[in-house]
Amino acid sequence: MFLLLPFDSLVVNLLGISLTVLFTLLLVFIIVPAIFGVSFGIRKVYMKTLLKIFQWATLRIERGAKEKNHPLYKPYVNGIIAKEPTSLEEEIKEIRRSGSGKALDTPEFELSDIFYFCRKGIETIMDDEVTKRFSAEELESWNLLSRTNYNFQYISLRLTVLWGLGMLIRYCFLLPLRIALAFTGISLLVTGTTVVGYLPNGRCKEFLSKHVHLMCYRICVRALTAIITYHDRENRPRNGGICVANHTSPIDVIILASDGYYAMGSLRPCAHIPCCVQLASKFGLGHRAPRVSGHCFASTALGFAVHGRAEHFLSLVGQIHGGLMGVIQRAMVKACPHVWFERSEVRDRHLVAKRLTEHVQDKSKLPILIFPEGTCINNTSVMMFKKGSFEIGATVYPVAIKYDPQFGDAFWNSSKYGMVTYLLRMMTSWAIVCSVWYLPPMTRQPEEDAVQFANRVKSAIARQGGLVDLLWDGGLKREKVKDTFKEEQQKLYSKMIVGNHEDRSRS
Amino acid sequence: MDMLICVFCFVFFPPPVSHSQITRLYSRFTSLDKGENGTLSREDFQRIPELAINPLGDRIINAFFPEGEDQVNFRGFMRTLAHFRPIEDNEKSKDQNGPEPLNSRSNKLHFAFRLYDLDKDDKISRDELLQVLRMMVGVNISDEQLGSIADRTIQEADQDGDSAISFAEFVKVLEKVDVEQKMSIRFLH
Repeated sequence: MFLLLPFDSLVVNLLGISLTVLFTLLLVFIIVPAIFGVSFGIRKVYMKTLLKIFQWATLRIERGAKEKNHPLYKPYVNGIIAKEPTSLEEEIKEIRRSGSGKALDTPEFELSDIFYFCRKGIETIMDDEVTKRFSAEELESWNLLSRTNYNFQYISLRLTVLWGLGMLIRYCFLLPLRIALAFTGISLLVTGTTVVGYLPNGRCKEFLSKHVHLMCYRICVRALTAIITYHDRENRPRNGGICVANHTSPIDVIILASDGYYAMGSLRPCAHIPCCVQLASKFGLGHRAPRVSGHCFASTALGFAVHGRAEHFLSLVGQIHGGLMGVIQRAMVKACPHVWFERSEVRDRHLVAKRLTEHVQDKSKLPILIFPEGTCINNTSVMMFKKGSFEIGATVYPVAIKYDPQFGDAFWNSSKYGMVTYLLRMMTSWAIVCSVWYLPPMTRQPEEDAVQFANRVKSAIARQGGLVDLLWDGGLKREKVKDTFKEEQQKLYSKMIVGNHEDRSRS
Repeated sequence: MDMLICVFCFVFFPPPVSHSQITRLYSRFTSLDKGENGTLSREDFQRIPELAINPLGDRIINAFFPEGEDQVNFRGFMRTLAHFRPIEDNEKSKDQNGPEPLNSRSNKLHFAFRLYDLDKDDKISRDELLQVLRMMVGVNISDEQLGSIADRTIQEADQDGDSAISFAEFVKVLEKVDVEQKMSIRFLH
C-alpha cells in the first residue's frame, strides 16, 4: 500500500498539470481570439482535412459495393419520379384529345378526366414537395457519422477503424471541449450582462452591452465549431430596419448575432416555476422567470414569427432545467434593449405589429431579427413567409443562410428530437459549416401588397442561397392544409366541365 | 430486409424495375409511417398536403386499403403502386398464359373504374357517378346541372340498357384514350 503513495501523488500531479495546460490552450487559442474577433485559421484547416477524408471514405464504399456487384443506395434530392409541370387544364385537354376527335373547346365532362386526379394523387404519394422538407437532408457522400450512413454492408475494415477513431475524437475530445466552451461562454454572458445591467443608462452602457453580447456569441460559435463565411457584409442590417432570414435551427440566431447587433423580441414573464424562482433569487435578480411553453408558441400565436432568442429560451425552459435559461434571459434583458410583448398581446397581431412599428421608427434602435417562416425547415427550400413583418413598412434586410450538411446537419427536427438531444447531436458532429449572404435592402413598392412583397423577398433569398422556392406554409409541419386549396382545384375543374357562368343551358 | 426486397422484385416488379427503385419506395414508406409500426393508416396518407388538396384524395387513399381494413403494409402499398408502372415494349408481346401483370392496360382501367364504383358492385350507377362528380367540382355546380351531366354520360356509355356503366362499357368508352401513358409514373433513375 505504501508503495502506491508516490505513484498516487505523481498521477495527481500529472492530472493537475495536463488540466492547466488544457485550460491555457483553451484560453489562448479560443477565448482570446473570440474576444477580439480574430481567427487563427485552425478551423479552416480542420475543414479541408475532413473533406479529404470524406472523399476517401466515399470512394472506399463505392469500391466495396462494386466488388460485391450491388447497386449503391444514393439519395436524390431532386425527386425520384418524373413530374410534368403542366396545369390542370392542359393535362385534362390532352387526355381528352387522345380519347376522341370531338371539338375540345366545348366544356364537358369525360369519364377519362379521372385519370388526371388519379395520377396526380399517386405521384404525390410516391414523392411530394412538402413533407420531405421537414426531415434532415440525405447526403450523397458519407461523412463518417453513423447517423448518415445508408450502406452499412459495404464498409471495409479500414473504414470501420477510421469511423471508430472519428467517433473517439468526437465524443472524447471534441464534445468535452465544446461543452466547456459553451459553459464558459454562457457564464461570461450572465456575469457580463448582470454587471453591465447595473450601470446607469447611457452610451457607455450601450457600448459595453453590445460588446459583451458579441463576445459571448463568438465563444458560442466556437463552442459549436461553426465555420461561417459571411458574404457582402456591406449590406448588413442598419438601425431602424428589420432583418429577415430563412430558418433552419436555433443556431441561426447565434450565427447572425455574432456578426452584428440585433434587438430581440421577448415575452414578459408571468407565472413561475419553483426551481427557477430559487435560482433567480440566488443570483439576486429578484424576478420571476418566464413560464414554460411549447416550442413555437410565439410563432403560431403571432400572425408572424418574432423568433427572438426569448422564444427559444422559453422552449428551452420547458425542456432542460426550468430556471437556468430563465436566469440567462433575465440577465441578457437587463443589459440590452428589447422589444417587450405581454403574453396577452402576443395573440393580437395588430398590437404586435404596432409595437414593432414603434421600434423601427426610432432610428437609434437596433434592427429586429425575424424569421418569417415561423418554423424550422431543413435548408433545402424556403417556405411561405408570413406577411406580418412585411406590413410594417420598414426597410427589410434579407439574409440567406445555407448550411453545408457534409460536416454536420444543423436542422432541428423538433418532432423527433428535443432541445437537449439536438444540442448533443450538434456538439458531436464534425463542425457546422455555413454561408451567410447579406442581400441588398428592399422596401415595399407602392403597387405591391404585403404578400407580394414577402414573396419577392423570399425569391431573392431562395435564389441567393440556392434553395427551392416553395409557396407552401411551413406550418404544415404540424397542421392540416386549409380547405381553400382543394376548393381552388375544384373550381378550376368545374370550369372545364361547364365553362363560365354564362354557358348554363346544356342538354 | 434484402430478402423481402428480392421477393417483391420477382412478384410485382419483374426485372425492368430496379432494386434501387424499390429501396427508394421503401424509404418513402417508412418516412410516411409516423407510428413506426410497419403499416400506414389513412391519417398517414392525409398528412401529405398535396394529396389532401386533391379533390379525389380520399378515393385514392381508399384504393390502398383492402376491404374493411385500416392498415396497409408495404406489400399492399407496392401492390397498389404497381398499377402505375409504365408498360415496357418487350412486355407487350409476352405469352398470354401467365397471370396478367398489374400494370396492364386492362388493370389500369380497372383501377380507375374502382375509383368511380363506390359500393364495389362492378357497376357505376347514376348515384355513384353523381357522388364522384360532386367530389370533383365541390360547390361550383348546381345539383340539376350535375344530374344532367351524369345522365348524359351514362346515356352515352350504356349499351345494355341497365342505366349503369359496367366495366366492359367503361373500357369501350375509353378505348382510344392513351391509358398506358396517362396512368403511368416514370422513375427518374
